[in-house]
Amino acid sequence: MPQVTYIEHNGTEHRIELEAGKSVMQGAIDNGIPGIDADCGGECACATCHVYVDEAWLAKCGTAGEQEASMLSFAATAEPNSRLSCQITMAPELDGLVVRMPEAQH
Amino acid sequence: MNAPVDLDHARIAASTPLDRLDPSNPAIFRDDAWQPYFARLRREAPVHYTPESMFGPFWSVSTYKEIMQCELAHKVLSSDSLHGGISIRDRDKALRLPMFIAMDPPQHDEQRKVVQPIVAPANLAKLEHVIRERAVRILEGLPRNETFNWVDRVSIELTVAMLATLFDFPQEERRKLSHWSDCATALPMPGGLIENEEQREAVFAEMLGAFMKLWNERVNAEPRPDLISMLAHGEATRNMTPREFMGNLILLIVGGNDTTRNSISGGVLFLNENPEEYAKLRANPALIETMVPEIIRYQTPLAHMRRTATADFEIGGKTIRAGDKVVMWYISGNRDEAAIEQPDRFIIDRARPRGHLSFGFGIHRCVGNRLAELQLKILWEEILKRFPRIEVVGPAERTYSAFVHGITNLPVRIPG
Repeated sequence: MPQVTYIEHNGTEHRIELEAGKSVMQGAIDNGIPGIDADCGGECACATCHVYVDEAWLAKCGTAGEQEASMLSFAATAEPNSRLSCQITMAPELDGLVVRMPEAQH
Repeated sequence: MNAPVDLDHARIAASTPLDRLDPSNPAIFRDDAWQPYFARLRREAPVHYTPESMFGPFWSVSTYKEIMQCELAHKVLSSDSLHGGISIRDRDKALRLPMFIAMDPPQHDEQRKVVQPIVAPANLAKLEHVIRERAVRILEGLPRNETFNWVDRVSIELTVAMLATLFDFPQEERRKLSHWSDCATALPMPGGLIENEEQREAVFAEMLGAFMKLWNERVNAEPRPDLISMLAHGEATRNMTPREFMGNLILLIVGGNDTTRNSISGGVLFLNENPEEYAKLRANPALIETMVPEIIRYQTPLAHMRRTATADFEIGGKTIRAGDKVVMWYISGNRDEAAIEQPDRFIIDRARPRGHLSFGFGIHRCVGNRLAELQLKILWEEILKRFPRIEVVGPAERTYSAFVHGITNLPVRIPG
C-alpha cells in the first residue's frame, strides 16, 4: 500500500499506509495524526486540513482547483506549496509523499 | 437534554400546514421554541418555501448536507448587500451597508485578506496572555453567594475588552462597542433598543465619528497590528467610502463580540442543564478542548445566514429562482441527526466536535473562529481553577431575533 509521511510543525513525523483513492486528509484523521483538523469533513469548504507539500511531490499532486485556491488564499500561513489535504487523492504514483503541517489550522 | 419546549409551540409546529410554516418568527427564538419547527422542516421539507412572513417570502434550507451545498454555491447564491446581504431582514436600499461579509468575490476576498492577519496563529499566541489576564480579573471580581447576570458581568465584559484590543479602541469606552453591536442587530420596535431606522442611523453616525478619529490618527502613522490601522493601510480598504468603513466596522463589531458573548453565556446554561456533563468536566478539565466547539454548536450564536439567488438553482429537489431569498438555518443544520449523532444532546467529549455549521463554511467562513474558541477555552480554564460550580438560578432571557441567537440575561450564583 502507498505510504505518506506527515510532519507536524514541531518536527514529529508520522508515516502511514494509505489506500489509493482515499484523501491525504482522511489518512491523517483515520490515524489520529495531530495537526490536521478537517472541520468541514472534506468538502473543500474550510482550510483546516492545510498542508505544505514537499517540493519533490508538488507536480505529482497536481494543482489546486478554484474553490481550493480561494479557501487557501484566506489562510494566513499559506505558501506556494500549500494544498488542502482533502483535495489530494492517494494514488500509486504518490507512494512516499511527504507533507508538512502549518503552525495552526484556522 | 433539550430545553423544555412549550406545548403550544410543539402543537403549532406539528399542525400548521407545511406551506404556511414560518420558521423566521423572532418569537420562537426568544421563547426557545424553535426546535419543533425545524425538526419538522428537516423531516418533511429540507428545502422549504415560506410565501409570507414579516421578512417577506423566503426559502429555508434546514439540513446539514443542503446547507453545505449552498455554502459552496457562492457563484449563484450571492451575499452582496445590493441583493439584500446576509441576514433575512432586507434593509432599505438607501440604507444598505457594504461590508466584506456582504460582498461577493473578488471584492470580498480582497477586503477579507486585509483583516485576516489579525487572527493569524502568531497573533493569536500573542493575544493569549492578554485574554487570560482579563479573564482572571473578571472572575476574581465576581460576587459570591449573590445572584448576578452572567451575561453582563462576564460574557459582555470579556468580549468587548477583546474587541477594544483588536481595534486598539480606548478600553475605558469599551461598553460603547457592545451598545453599537446591539443597536446594529436589534429589530426596530416601539420601546425596543431601536425604535426605527433613523435612530439606528444616528447610532451608526456616532460610531463612525469615534472610529474616524482613530482612522485619521493611524492612516498617517506607521502600520500597526490593529484592525483600524490594517484597514487604513490595506490596499483594498484604504479608499473605502465612509459608508463602507461603517459597514465593515459593524461587521467586525458584531462578529467580534455578539457571537462569542452568547457562546460564553450558553456554556454556563448547558452545563447546568446537563449536570452529568458538568461533573465530567470537573473531573477532567482537559475536556475543555472538545467542550468549546460543542458549546458553539449547541448555542449556534447566529441562527442563519442569508443568500440571494442570482440564477436558478436546484437543491433538494426544488428549484430556487433567480432573485429568491435563501436562508441557511445553521441552528437547524447543527441539530441534523443525519450529520451529527444525538444532535439534541450536549456532549462535551464528542470525537469530532468541530464539524458544526456555526462558523459557516466556504469562502465566508468566520474569520475569527479560532479566536472565539481561544477566548472560551481560556475562560473555562480559569473558571475551573476557581469555581467548582456556577449555578443558574433563574430562567435565561433571550434575544427577540431570527438572526442573533442570544442570551440577554442569565441569573447565576457562585456558592462559596
